[in-house]
Amino acid sequence: METTAFQKIHTKIDQITKATCSLHATGVGNEEMALVNDRLAQVVKIEGDLVTLQVFSGTEGIPTNAEVVFLGHAPQLAVSDELAGRFFNAYGQPIDGGPEVDGKLIEIGGPSVNPVRRKQPSELIATGIAGIDLNNTLVTGQKIPFFADPDQPYNQVMAMVALRAKADKIILGGMGITNDDYLFFKNLFENAGAIDRIISFVNTTENPPVERLLVPDMALSAAEYFAVEKNQNVLVLLTDMTLYADALSIVSNRMDQIPSKDSMPGSLYSDLAKLYEKAVQFPDGGSITIIAVTTLSGGDITHAIPDNTGYITEGQLFLRKETDIGKVIIDPFRSLSRLKQLVIGKKTREDHPQVMNAAIRLYADAANAKTKIENGFDLTDYDKRTMSFAKDYANELLAIDINIEIDTMIDTAWRLFDKYFSPAETGIKAELVEKYGKQIV
Amino acid sequence: MATTGKVVGIISNLVVVKVNGPVSQNEICYIDHEAVKLMAEVIRIGSENAYIQVFESTRGLKTGTPVEFTGHMLEAILGPGILSKNFDGLQHDLDKMEGVFLQKGDYTHPLEVDKNWSFKPLAKVGDEVETGSWLGEVTENWIAHKIMVPFTSKGDFKVTKIVASGDYKIEDTIAVLEDAEGNNHPVSMIQKWPVKVPIKTYKNKPRPAKFLETGIRVIDSFTPIVEGGTGFIPGPFGTGKTVLQHALSKQADADMIVVAACGERANEVVEIFAEFPELDDPRTGRKLMERTTIIANTSNMPVAAREASVYTAMTIAEYYRSMGLKILLLADSTSRWAQALREMSNRMEELPGPDAFPMDLPAIISNFYSRAGFVNLKNGETGSVTFIGTVSPAGGNLKEPVTEATKKAARCFYALSQNRADSKRYPAIDAVESYSKYLEYPEYIDYVSKAISPNWVDNILQARNSLVRGRETYEQINILGDDGVPIEYHEIFWKSEVIDFVILQQDAFDKIDASTPINRQQYMLEKVLTINNTRFNFEHFEEVNPYFKKIINVLKQMNYSEFESEQFKKFEKELEEIINEKAVVETEQL
Ligand SMILES: Nc1ncnc2c1ncn2[C@@H]1O[C@H](COP(=O)(O)OP(=O)(O)O)[C@@H](O)[C@H]1O
Ligand SMILES: [Mg+2]
Repeated sequence: METTAFQKIHTKIDQITKATCSLHATGVGNEEMALVNDRLAQVVKIEGDLVTLQVFSGTEGIPTNAEVVFLGHAPQLAVSDELAGRFFNAYGQPIDGGPEVDGKLIEIGGPSVNPVRRKQPSELIATGIAGIDLNNTLVTGQKIPFFADPDQPYNQVMAMVALRAKADKIILGGMGITNDDYLFFKNLFENAGAIDRIISFVNTTENPPVERLLVPDMALSAAEYFAVEKNQNVLVLLTDMTLYADALSIVSNRMDQIPSKDSMPGSLYSDLAKLYEKAVQFPDGGSITIIAVTTLSGGDITHAIPDNTGYITEGQLFLRKETDIGKVIIDPFRSLSRLKQLVIGKKTREDHPQVMNAAIRLYADAANAKTKIENGFDLTDYDKRTMSFAKDYANELLAIDINIEIDTMIDTAWRLFDKYFSPAETGIKAELVEKYGKQIV
Repeated sequence: MATTGKVVGIISNLVVVKVNGPVSQNEICYIDHEAVKLMAEVIRIGSENAYIQVFESTRGLKTGTPVEFTGHMLEAILGPGILSKNFDGLQHDLDKMEGVFLQKGDYTHPLEVDKNWSFKPLAKVGDEVETGSWLGEVTENWIAHKIMVPFTSKGDFKVTKIVASGDYKIEDTIAVLEDAEGNNHPVSMIQKWPVKVPIKTYKNKPRPAKFLETGIRVIDSFTPIVEGGTGFIPGPFGTGKTVLQHALSKQADADMIVVAACGERANEVVEIFAEFPELDDPRTGRKLMERTTIIANTSNMPVAAREASVYTAMTIAEYYRSMGLKILLLADSTSRWAQALREMSNRMEELPGPDAFPMDLPAIISNFYSRAGFVNLKNGETGSVTFIGTVSPAGGNLKEPVTEATKKAARCFYALSQNRADSKRYPAIDAVESYSKYLEYPEYIDYVSKAISPNWVDNILQARNSLVRGRETYEQINILGDDGVPIEYHEIFWKSEVIDFVILQQDAFDKIDASTPINRQQYMLEKVLTINNTRFNFEHFEEVNPYFKKIINVLKQMNYSEFESEQFKKFEKELEEIINEKAVVETEQL
């Protein structure tokens, strides 16, 4: 980003805090970008002619006579087909050694879609993972995070889902990811021969945390370009949104705002919603689907970050290690896809909804039986059957290493029902048992 | 001359304006920003500055930008054409806006100025009228939309002119009224009303007592809502608040549904946009959209307009109530409105109350709920606004300011339980924790014993009691073990499970099960209570679970079948046979 001749240079800063500096200037627009000794900054407050700038990389070493230049626009990204296959930092500058992208400059974080212009999402995204396709079916235009403790392989699962999802573009927004994870994504995408479908905006742990705040808007603005102008189906991966929210709290804290729950800013809900609501099915066929990662601390989903996220997203996929089988599963209890009812039993076989629910209920019965064991009680015959069922169910359907067709998933469930239960114990509609249950047996 | 001013400060969507004349609290003003006008509302006034919340993004706004004040508060435009509309929180017609994306300052008229409505006078020259009196009517979809004496009129008037039956546009003068001083007031088919002020043209507001059927068993049977009643649905995310509200909006026995989608997901509103024009309203055979108005201010739309959206919705509901109609108003979620208040209050650096919410939050919530109600109009007709809001408690913890304040204001409490949702026991309303105060109203008991059955309330209490006992015994079994308790304990527990699975649980996505008419609810409740009062012979506790599972399964098949159909009767017979297998002959009366 270069300064042009007519731009006025200010050289007197009045006040400097850890994240911001304030100076007297006029004619400055709210949210306008500026350079403070070549560091990128953004206007966050104007009081009379006192303008407060948030310096993304922090204010360490900024002197009171630093050169401040206002750039006359909000954060921008150059968009064109040239974005494909490229890696950028949080400001949209190339980090892969390639040239600057030649394209139309757009302001990131643009307006919202008029709700009456949205189309109802209806295209199923098949991932081969039964914990997703059978129990928590995904749909284009959906927004959904993985909820996972830091030791879970969430980035791997997310990348696998992305590659199987048949999207026209996959846009990665990496926030506070380690350099190793960055290289993991890079290698995986290259080896999968998918690199020309991928665009990445990456802020690693080596970069200043506040810069992260630009990453989701960069990724989503690029996504809007391809979804609106090229009618493409775009999948946006955002990892890790917990680190994004942490950056929000750093900023609000440094600006002396009153924190609400868990030291998060009171506007956390609106801040996150503005990003996640960019997921959309456009009327002309393009779509933006968001799959995010929200890392948890000790599985606690009542913390303000996962809590607000859950209120915004269309479900969540909860990763958990199932000790009985020693594998990571998609937990059927805490996971949910709110859009699944738009496709299950409609785009998939009609017995899908009931089979799915019956299996989860029986799995819940097994959990109760386990509690009985822990409390030192004997198990009934039914309890024992549910426990055996649960093990097979976890192994054959819940584990994340599954890759099968949806019909096969439903048939597998019927086979397990038949192995352990009577039709009455499954509670499935008689006509469905008649039509589908019998054929498997 | 109208007051004007200049922008002197910008903190997100809070803007400070230096003014040159009088301004009033909650006055609407427009910022003249780069050829578009941004709408804003005054929320605090200092010695020479007004603090305004802008209903738009303030990106690019500069100090020095001129501001014009309008002299009025945020108003709704009320008249024929509101039904079936999709508005934003400030009542702009979303369908009239250009393009796929919302553009700043694209403020569209809520109604059709050029459309002809077939007007029929109800009043005649010489009639004495007052505020809210019906002057005439037009047919809007299927509702006789009354054209009323404007709500802002004070005192008595005489009709000096009224137009003959015929086609008129909303802005045409349809009547002239003369006040006590002899001044003439022309009246058109539309009027404006400030949304934050309740419309009170009714005679009085008695206690509501008329049962409002929703088709949702756990509500109608266990925690009933009444015409003009209030209720709220708190629950952690994913426990079914929105699905429940959508079910209410589809099935409830009301003339008109006003849905305020307040700060929640856009796709949930899209679901209504997509489905309601297709779905039939079982009461009228018309499409559901014909009785519905949607106020959509989803979470990605301007935060300040979120607060306005619930007031706009309430004002529209009150307007139609004044026509003698039965309105159901739904707001999802009132917590987002409270959060919008919190964001502004924090930006203004007000002294924060609990969880940083504004101190006066409880008063704001209870004032809002008090606008609902059943009313006797001055002309002898009745109308009602029933209000049900959802609450999204942070961390699912009900001890938080919005839930606590709402609990004091609303008469029905529909607690959604995480445990029930996790085990897919939908709707996840905890029938033991939840309550309806109306169940205790003698007027209500009287009403339902005539309208449903004389022992209806007794049956409900009996079923509820069984649920409580079931829960207690379940704890005992968990502590003492399956074989550490008498067999009856298993029986008591499983009898409560029958009620749970057959009455409380209801599949919102099944064509038949989704909505249960009250006569069917009564039939099934009697059936389940008979089982509840039957003693069974079990040799061993291990027999209890599979036996009751069989009973539950058959009863559920009945729920999935058309009421009193061949199939229904077949399952009913099967049920009888199963019961006879193990029933001890005489039925014990509790
Ligand atoms: N009555 C119901 N029947 C079947 N599924 C339901 C029911 N209520 C809720 N669900 C399931 O739970 C999900 C979340 O419900 P929703 O109403 O969106 O929750 P909330 O608004 O409380 O966050 C739905 O997408 C659906 O899968
Ligand atoms: Mg909801």
